[in-house]
Amino acid sequence: MLADFGYGVLVVTFLVSLFAILAAILGQAKKSQKWVESSRLAMLLTFPLTTLISLTLIYLLVTNDYNIAFVYEVTSRAMPTYLKVTALWGGQAGSLLFWSWLLSAFMTAVTLRKWDRDREFLPWVVLVASVTLAFFLALNVFYENPFTRFWQTFSGVQPATFRPAGAMPFTPADGNGLNPLLRHPGMIIHPPMLYLGFVSFVIPFAFAIAALVTGRTDDRWIRITRRWTLWAWLFLSLGLVLGGRWAYDVLGWGGYWGWDPVEIAAFMPWLAGTAFLHSVMMQEKRGLLKHWNMILIILTYALVIFGTFLTRSGVLSSVHSFAQSAIGPAFFIFIGVTFVVSIALLLWRWPSLKSESQMTSMLSREALFLLNNLLFMGILVICFWGVIFPLISELVTGAKVTVGPPFYERATGPLFAALVFLMGVAPLSAWGHSTLKTLGKAIFKPLLAAFLVMVAVVIYFFVNPRLVNEYLPYALIGLFVTISTGFVTLYEFWRASQARARAQNENVFLALWWLAGRNRRRYGGYTIHLGVVLMAMGIIGIEMFQTETQGTIAKDETMSLAGYTMTFKELQDFDLNDASGQPMQNVARAVVEVYKDGKMLGELYPRRDYFYDAQQPMTIPGVRSTLQDDFYVLLVDWQPISSVGATFKIYHNPLVNWLWFGSFIFILGTFIAAWPDQDPELAPVRARKNSPAAYLTGD
Amino acid sequence: MKKTLPILFFSALLLLFVFSPVFAQSAGPTPSDDEVNAVAKQLFCPVCENTPLDVCPTQACAQWRDLIRLKLTEGWTEDQIKQYFVDQYGARVLSAPPLEGFSWFIYIIPPIFLAAGVYIVFRAFRAMRKPVNAAVQETPVQTPSDDYLRRVEEELKQRK
Amino acid sequence: MTEMTQDSPKRGVPLWAQILVWLGLLVLLGIVALGLNRAQQGTVQPGEIIPDFKLTLFDGYTYQEKTEISFSELRGKVVVINFWASWCKPCEQEAAGLEAVWREYQPGGEVVFIGIDYVDTEPEARGYLTKFDITFPNGPDLATKISQFFRIKGVPETYFIDRNGVLQYIQVGPFTSETQIRQQVDALLNQQ
Repeated sequence: MLADFGYGVLVVTFLVSLFAILAAILGQAKKSQKWVESSRLAMLLTFPLTTLISLTLIYLLVTNDYNIAFVYEVTSRAMPTYLKVTALWGGQAGSLLFWSWLLSAFMTAVTLRKWDRDREFLPWVVLVASVTLAFFLALNVFYENPFTRFWQTFSGVQPATFRPAGAMPFTPADGNGLNPLLRHPGMIIHPPMLYLGFVSFVIPFAFAIAALVTGRTDDRWIRITRRWTLWAWLFLSLGLVLGGRWAYDVLGWGGYWGWDPVEIAAFMPWLAGTAFLHSVMMQEKRGLLKHWNMILIILTYALVIFGTFLTRSGVLSSVHSFAQSAIGPAFFIFIGVTFVVSIALLLWRWPSLKSESQMTSMLSREALFLLNNLLFMGILVICFWGVIFPLISELVTGAKVTVGPPFYERATGPLFAALVFLMGVAPLSAWGHSTLKTLGKAIFKPLLAAFLVMVAVVIYFFVNPRLVNEYLPYALIGLFVTISTGFVTLYEFWRASQARARAQNENVFLALWWLAGRNRRRYGGYTIHLGVVLMAMGIIGIEMFQTETQGTIAKDETMSLAGYTMTFKELQDFDLNDASGQPMQNVARAVVEVYKDGKMLGELYPRRDYFYDAQQPMTIPGVRSTLQDDFYVLLVDWQPISSVGATFKIYHNPLVNWLWFGSFIFILGTFIAAWPDQDPELAPVRARKNSPAAYLTGD
Repeated sequence: MKKTLPILFFSALLLLFVFSPVFAQSAGPTPSDDEVNAVAKQLFCPVCENTPLDVCPTQACAQWRDLIRLKLTEGWTEDQIKQYFVDQYGARVLSAPPLEGFSWFIYIIPPIFLAAGVYIVFRAFRAMRKPVNAAVQETPVQTPSDDYLRRVEEELKQRK
Repeated sequence: MTEMTQDSPKRGVPLWAQILVWLGLLVLLGIVALGLNRAQQGTVQPGEIIPDFKLTLFDGYTYQEKTEISFSELRGKVVVINFWASWCKPCEQEAAGLEAVWREYQPGGEVVFIGIDYVDTEPEARGYLTKFDITFPNGPDLATKISQFFRIKGVPETYFIDRNGVLQYIQVGPFTSETQIRQQVDALLNQQ
């Protein structure tokens, strides 16, 4: 049977990963290259094996084999094939398998690199990665077998991996169907991106641990994993952005980010990872902050595992949670072991991780990088505390509390603003040394430009007093910081390409192209910063100037908001049937016309779908989107029979498109920064005069 | 939703029977959806955790909103309504824990950590400024004006 | 977090910092372990003794002429505690059945039915009680204290407690027939 085959391969893969662990340890203990090579090959083997398992499961999903409990849970006959494939990560067991699959892919990629110059890392990297893989496979093998089948016994139908005595296989006629909220294109790519981000952070972590264990604590591990980290970060960012977009399109609360514990659980590794990406530059360029980088990468990995644990163990209740599961305790032990071992290693190697150089000025780039890290950590602490506090409160006082958006917004808002400000200042200060005078010189022109724009903004508010609300002062401060940062960054591009154009006698744009090509990380980084500036403008727009109204109107009546007028034309209420004529979902779809200044802009179709199989409604807004604002209509309620009318909720979301546009620039920048060089690990030797020779051997 | 009819019916029924004495005292105009949502935005229903009441689609939340409308009609203030919900369902209905008892900690801890962070960064500054190797003179003094261009050009040379 | 830098070249982490780090880790893991334990517990289990709790009844409902029920006063009687809510569709399936069974046992005085209204709004709750003409004592679960104590996973859930205050049976989800309810009650009545 295919299911037995799948489970068999799963067990074999688990054993192979155990073998990789054992061989790595033996290789290290016996100082035997044979064993090390053997462990490397074992790790290489895991990818084809997990691929085989995943393909088996996908085959079962696509062929509607409802004898398999997992297939029954996440698919139904009515679902299109592509959704059946993506249902692989629509449930606990499948998504764990998917996680292992991705992890083994990354592990294989890492084993295929040239190891000549860092042979001593190999066994430890294999060990850390294999332990992680073995753990996730063990969850599948022992707790969440995706190949569990239904069996008809005397006492009823029960799911089991092996045939209970005297039982017959039982195959339901149709499956349960995927949660309708997950049947959205955004939901199809959002989880894999997040998982990719999570999983790829395992690699830098493995190298960091290898560096700690072997005592080779120079920045070799950072150089090797630099691009891994960037790719991991790229995927994580993509995952978060796609999640936001999905929420905006499907969840129907007019927003993109709800400070839900599970969202935060995915956001925390991103925060730690972002801090890490910045602070490694200080180690690479100046040999500073070695302790801190170790702490950060360990923290990032810990948060990845911890976040996964929180989402899947049922400790936190949230819209995102998976069903109650038995994997909690196993996960908990894994987390405990990971934390204890990492911290013990770190404390042990602490003395050998000392900084090589010194800080030269309080305004130096290093100092600003430190501040950047401080702010990221501040936001991280707030997020972590907000997530964990309800748990503590319930344990201590017995009463549940909600920590909602107001807490996070108020606590992190100023820190985010400070970060944007730093983002503007940091690239200007020369490495190691800068004075107020150099800084002032670099910042004067962009600041002047930003000031002029702000004058225009203030005038705009004078002309449109209806936009003024109590957030205006904060918004103005926020906008000023954002806009000046944007100009400063653009100016930085301009100055650099000018300099090069002059030196090489080239066209400015060509010079810019070459510059970005030569120093991808810096100019990719600046591009990311520009993306963040645009996103920040979108966020200021929607967070501070969002307006909404709700009302019930009859046909041909109108509602108005923020200069827009909406006329309710028609409401259709119908059932969508599946192939066999069974009603699948009920659709209520309103047709409204949107006008602005008496001009018709078009029709929108806000709708609410009710899925009979999952007994769940889904609200899909009608959105008219421009660079200036979004007109976002939700169908809240309607009278099914009479034409009394329908209740609509309208949001006016100024500037929100800049958030998505900024995300695009952001991702583009990450691509520029992460794009592989000829030899990604050969970076120019740090410009230091007195480097101890030992640190150069690796380069 | 289609379930609204019975709710409306019962609400109307109850308005007549149960609340008629109160109702009679301060019968204002029916509050608009926006007024209801303004209050609902700040509340969280325990049935659908982490979803604000104004956008929560469940039946339970629809009932809560109807209750808010009822209370508004009776002339209750926003704070009175919030307090009523706290009494009925506990402090978890508020979007952030109230400043009392154990919940103080949620507001105290982050600033403490931040202050500790500032202190650590400050110490790191000082520690790093102390010369690790006194012989090393890191950055030779340059005229600040050409520092930037020099840096870019130097880099260009390096990366040819 | 630990410190970022060290002043002198070969010094390790000071002892107090090490202790602080391990202590912090221990506390964090402890909290998570307790939270996990709570999440995994499920509802109270049969065999557990239900300690005292108080339920303030809806206006118009009394138990022995009082508007409040103390669980401890019900010792010696078989107690059926039903969690419900007016927004809960499955609850409606069993409401009439529960009331019918209650009317059978009420005259005997040996069985008490209690309805606890979980996260509900008073007007709708009253509408529900009127609709199904429910007469057994009913009250709101103020501040969700009682449901948190029973750690209910949803509504409806019904708890059968014997004369000694020991939980004997839990029905998760609605009853499908009145017989089902009677069976459980009779089993408890015949216990001694």
